[in-house]
Amino acid sequence: MSASIPFSAQLINLFAAVILLLAFAMLAQRRLPQLINLFALQGGALCLATLVAAVTTGQVHLYYSAGLTLALKVLLLPWILHRLVRQLKVKGEVEALINIPTTMLVGIVLVMVAFNVALPISELSHTITRGTLGIALAVVMLAFLMMITRQKAITQVVGFLSMENGLFLAATSATYGMPMVVELGIALDVLIGVIILGVFFFQIRDQFDSLDIRHMERLKDN
Amino acid sequence: MISISGLLGQAFAILLALVLAPLLSGWVGQCRAWLQSRTAPPLLLPYYQLQKLFHKDVVLAHGASSLFRAAPFVVFGCMVLACAIIPSLSTDLPLAPAADALALVGVFGLARIFISLAAMDVGTSFGSLGGRREMLVGFLAEPALLMVIFTLAMIAQSTSVATIVETLAHRELVIYPSLAFAGIAFTFVSFAENARVPVDNPATHLELTMIHEAMILEYSGRHLALIEWAASLKLYAYSCLGLALFFPWGIAPGDNFLALVAAIPLLLLKLAIGGAFLAGIETINAKMRIFRAPEFLGTAFMLAVLGLLVRLLLESRV
Repeated sequence: MSASIPFSAQLINLFAAVILLLAFAMLAQRRLPQLINLFALQGGALCLATLVAAVTTGQVHLYYSAGLTLALKVLLLPWILHRLVRQLKVKGEVEALINIPTTMLVGIVLVMVAFNVALPISELSHTITRGTLGIALAVVMLAFLMMITRQKAITQVVGFLSMENGLFLAATSATYGMPMVVELGIALDVLIGVIILGVFFFQIRDQFDSLDIRHMERLKDN
Repeated sequence: MISISGLLGQAFAILLALVLAPLLSGWVGQCRAWLQSRTAPPLLLPYYQLQKLFHKDVVLAHGASSLFRAAPFVVFGCMVLACAIIPSLSTDLPLAPAADALALVGVFGLARIFISLAAMDVGTSFGSLGGRREMLVGFLAEPALLMVIFTLAMIAQSTSVATIVETLAHRELVIYPSLAFAGIAFTFVSFAENARVPVDNPATHLELTMIHEAMILEYSGRHLALIEWAASLKLYAYSCLGLALFFPWGIAPGDNFLALVAAIPLLLLKLAIGGAFLAGIETINAKMRIFRAPEFLGTAFMLAVLGLLVRLLLESRV
């Protein structure tokens, strides 16, 4: 039975499950500010999972990456996104291309696929956190789904960031994190990416009076 | 092997359910009134109502068939059986082999079918409206409840409620993320099944929104009393099931008389906290449109399936 799993691994599993739950909550969320808050919460759960892994294994660089997650994904990025939402005066509900219950059902199928794909891979790994690899893959796929089914540019950016959370979890669970240089590089990329996309939002809105990316399909016609 | 103490414990559990169920409804009503800064009705109000209704004459509609008259007794009987096989005080229940967790869902389903049919029997528009809505909610809530039970049955390797509770109560302290998912899903389902606020308002007679009340509009006298009693028994049964599955500590193992006595105040305490929690949730939520109910219950189903999947992925390895 599962009693043989050490307590720290149980904690990490719990946080991974919370991350998965939040990924679904983001998929179901209709309002943009709440969506950003959920993203911040997901970052928080990721930070805690990394922290537990760091304490258990004593790997110093995991402490750094937990701190990086806290600073970037819990504090800085949500703050930037909230400011963008305020400045762009995005109103109303997030418009989904498919209705939300259907999206959830598709999400469940994705989770099943992810779990099945990850199971043989995680057998090869020897980390205490290997069980969460399936969850990490599922989070990546759910974030993909969110990017595909949403129309507004900001929601797609939140989906992109959530996908990065999933990748981070995958890296932690499979190999106790990526090398520090890679991790720093990705963190910086994400930060710069969001700032640049923020500028893009203003450009898109100035051009089309809307953040709906369907308008960009007509670029060629003009 | 049925022991005398087991039989006594079983009889006592049924008696306790019959007595406590209206009290639980009264307690939830009182908590709701306090939280909404209204003057609270007396705690014993449901008893007074039952007494009043039992002394009134029954008025039957002209078109009422025997089904209409039989339904309250069937519903009441189902709920008493449900209360009998859910281990509220002790897991030593001679009646427990009669129905496992899946059959328990069936017992609830039987009661639902009878009350919906009886509602449609007289042929009033409200009755059939309520009956249809009840079936809509029921057919969405049932798979979610079954998924929750599958998750728990996988942990305990058995679908018997008593065995599940015994396994969960006497395990080592292990964090089961799947239990958290299942617990949230179960909470959602019990709100829908018991006609509580996010899905239905038990205190309304507004035709656009009511589900449960619409079905029992035609009932009067002792029939209505039995149905009201059955509704509070259902709330009691769901509360006890939730407490037994997710907070199983303190339920007496086997035929241990002292543990049984100790389980009573603990059960009362847990029910009081659970009732206050229910009232709190009801107060901070607005009743959602009936067409949002599928989404609500779809979320419950999704959580239950996630619990099952997480159980398979994270907790199945040795």
